[in-house]
Amino acid sequence: MVGLEIGTSKVCVVVGEMNDEGALNIIGVGQSKSRGVRKGEIVDTRAVEEDVRHALTEAEHMADVEVRSVYLGVSGGHIRGFNNRGVHPVVSADREISDFDVQDVVKNAKAINLPQDNTVVHAIRQHFLVDGQDGVKNPVGMLGARLEVDVHVIHGHLNRLQNAIRVVKGMQLEVEEVVFSGLASSLAVLTPTEKELGALVIDMGGGTTNYVVYSGGVIKHSGVIAVGGDHVTNDLAFGLKVPQSRADQLKIENGNALLNESIAGEKMKITSDLGLPLNTINISHLRRIMSLRLEETFQLIAQDVEQAGLLDYIRAGVFLCGGGSRVPEVTRLAEQILQLPVCIGRTTNISGLSSSMDKPELATAIGLVRFASFKTRQRDARPSFTQNFKTFFGKLIPR
Amino acid sequence: METELNEQTPSATDGKQLRVKIFGVGTAGIAIAEQMATSGFAGAQFTAVNADATSKTTIAEQIHLETKVLRGLGTGGDPERGCKLAEDHFEQIKRSCADVDVVFIVAGLGGGVGSGASPVLARAARASGALVLAFISLPFECEGNRRQQQAQQALDHLKLACDGVLCLPNQKAFKLLDENVSFAESFRASVRLLIEGAMGVWRLMKLRGIVEIHFEELSTVLRERHGESCFATVEAAGENRVDELLGKIYAHPLLDGVKALEESATVLVSILGGPDLSMKDVNRVMQQVNVHAPRARVIMGGAVDGSFAGRLAMTIIATSPRRQEVEKPAPEPAKVVEIEAPEVAVEFCGELLPTESKPAGRASTPVVTTAPALNLDQREEIISKHTGKPVRLRKADEPRMRQITLPLDIVNKGRFDKSEPTIHKGEDLDLPTYIRRGVALN
Repeated sequence: MVGLEIGTSKVCVVVGEMNDEGALNIIGVGQSKSRGVRKGEIVDTRAVEEDVRHALTEAEHMADVEVRSVYLGVSGGHIRGFNNRGVHPVVSADREISDFDVQDVVKNAKAINLPQDNTVVHAIRQHFLVDGQDGVKNPVGMLGARLEVDVHVIHGHLNRLQNAIRVVKGMQLEVEEVVFSGLASSLAVLTPTEKELGALVIDMGGGTTNYVVYSGGVIKHSGVIAVGGDHVTNDLAFGLKVPQSRADQLKIENGNALLNESIAGEKMKITSDLGLPLNTINISHLRRIMSLRLEETFQLIAQDVEQAGLLDYIRAGVFLCGGGSRVPEVTRLAEQILQLPVCIGRTTNISGLSSSMDKPELATAIGLVRFASFKTRQRDARPSFTQNFKTFFGKLIPR
Repeated sequence: METELNEQTPSATDGKQLRVKIFGVGTAGIAIAEQMATSGFAGAQFTAVNADATSKTTIAEQIHLETKVLRGLGTGGDPERGCKLAEDHFEQIKRSCADVDVVFIVAGLGGGVGSGASPVLARAARASGALVLAFISLPFECEGNRRQQQAQQALDHLKLACDGVLCLPNQKAFKLLDENVSFAESFRASVRLLIEGAMGVWRLMKLRGIVEIHFEELSTVLRERHGESCFATVEAAGENRVDELLGKIYAHPLLDGVKALEESATVLVSILGGPDLSMKDVNRVMQQVNVHAPRARVIMGGAVDGSFAGRLAMTIIATSPRRQEVEKPAPEPAKVVEIEAPEVAVEFCGELLPTESKPAGRASTPVVTTAPALNLDQREEIISKHTGKPVRLRKADEPRMRQITLPLDIVNKGRFDKSEPTIHKGEDLDLPTYIRRGVALN
């Protein structure tokens, strides 16, 4: 199982395998700088292809496997999430809800009025309602006249999603499924308890910030803001009048999410690559620019989650991941704005290369593998026709 | 003084009296303050501040910002000198503001004392514990761009130093007048407008309203740093006073025919009437304001004064986000647009610079500059000058077209220059946050 994330700042490939007990094990990681992506969307196909190739080779070497198919993470400002409800009357004589009723109601819930160019990326089942009674997890076998289901639908612009898929397919790789990056990250960092309690996962990527809200064990809300670490760099480059590359370096070396009184007036000389003095910058300016941008991003998320009426349901706290969560004191800034406990999300319940597990920026790619393992398990649980056939004949024919 | 005021408005004021001091700063400021002294600001103390010892004024209390260096000859239109002089007299000014609750600063910006000393005066008054409001006028466009710049700078300084600034660009007052009005008259008109505005604020503070506008509200409206405020005070009397009042508001030059209201973010309305002021009248007025300022936060105040029977007065202060000045000062059109003898200006203001353009000097330059872009009015003017009769290029019913200057996009979006902008609730998130929020880095 392979997860491929084509991010704005890096391309990341993670290879995982499932052992006999069904536990996931990470066996290979490959990374490469990304050059052809802006705000989570591909702008230069050639460059992306090259970068993916690099990352893929690295991961293949490490895991000693050949990658044929991947789960592809997607993001971008065009992706939206909303909740929809499907209704289905139970028609059978004894009013018992059957598997077919469940399938029908989910199908109804997925029938949504989307803009013409848009397509559904995920339709995630939340809870069933039987005759208006909320919170039913599995209605099969229950009695009722009216079956309803809430689904969380994540949709995006078809062509822009296709762009990413085409690049991967062009490299003789199969795309098993397209997964929303924010969803993948949340799978990596959250435990079932936290999902049950209610959690907000914020994936602070290079070009986009994705967030997902869980409550009662299911996804309640998701969203994308096309603002990320790139914006911080760009703000710094503009505000401090330094080149982009230099601004990026300054961000990583001297960045901080909070303003500190102690650094007021502190100056720093910066030199060009050749050692020639470029100019002097004020560290407090750097911090202020960064702090304002991050603050604004959190505020936008807080507003959105508040509007969805979910801020009070987040009881396990906020989990940050992605490269942006590496900024020192970003958790404290987020705590101030969201008024919730905030921590850096760690991918804990997966075994494997522990060095890569600790990196919050790998959460999405690891989450993709996690997603893949769920899918595989589902597929195994529902045996296919050929498997049925085999077992049937296997019983007949003595070995 | 205070007893006088008590007699005048016994019904509307009670208990504590506001002690108001009005400072006329600079030649223009003193001229305005003198007029104010004779037009109903009963109870206020007046003080004249000037560097020019020779200037005569009827105001009793005076502060001369003179030093030996200047031999009492004024500042020569240099705000820095004005500022320096005022700093030298800081303690004296502060003393004169003692025991005063509210200080009005009246000045014409653009010259030396008005632009230089007013901000210092404001600071001194604040230091002595008074609230400071400034009523200032900006110079006419024909007074030259140096004065404009000085005025603009002084305005910025004042906004920082004062609790509120009411600013009257003289050029706007000019629109109110017939084009052929005399030079001196146009100055008088702008003075009148400024006094009207000051009167509106004065009433607002002096008369305890039924619906009161607190000083804090007033100063938040006026202090808006990223905005421009404009104001209008109108009065009407008689049977149809509401209609008349609304008509006057619509025609008011400072509101640009209510266009200013439409763009404004905050509108403060104060209505003053006699005991016969009816709810219906108030409703009608406020309804009109709300219709014309749909997006604005409207702050309403109402007061009743015994002496206002059968009359109705209304003060509107509207603050709008600062936009690019719609009409740019015409680039050197002075050559063709007739300026009525600058000597008059010197007489009137005392500090006017000699006009910079000298047609004779220009003619001898070997470089032939391209013709300046002229608008319709200027073309009419040139043609009429040459032919000697009035010309109208515009059709009678054609509306007066105005070219709007689009805001210049100076912020480079860097690496997001070519990508699709991220718009969230009308804000472009690709621009640095600190720029959008107006955070200064220094």
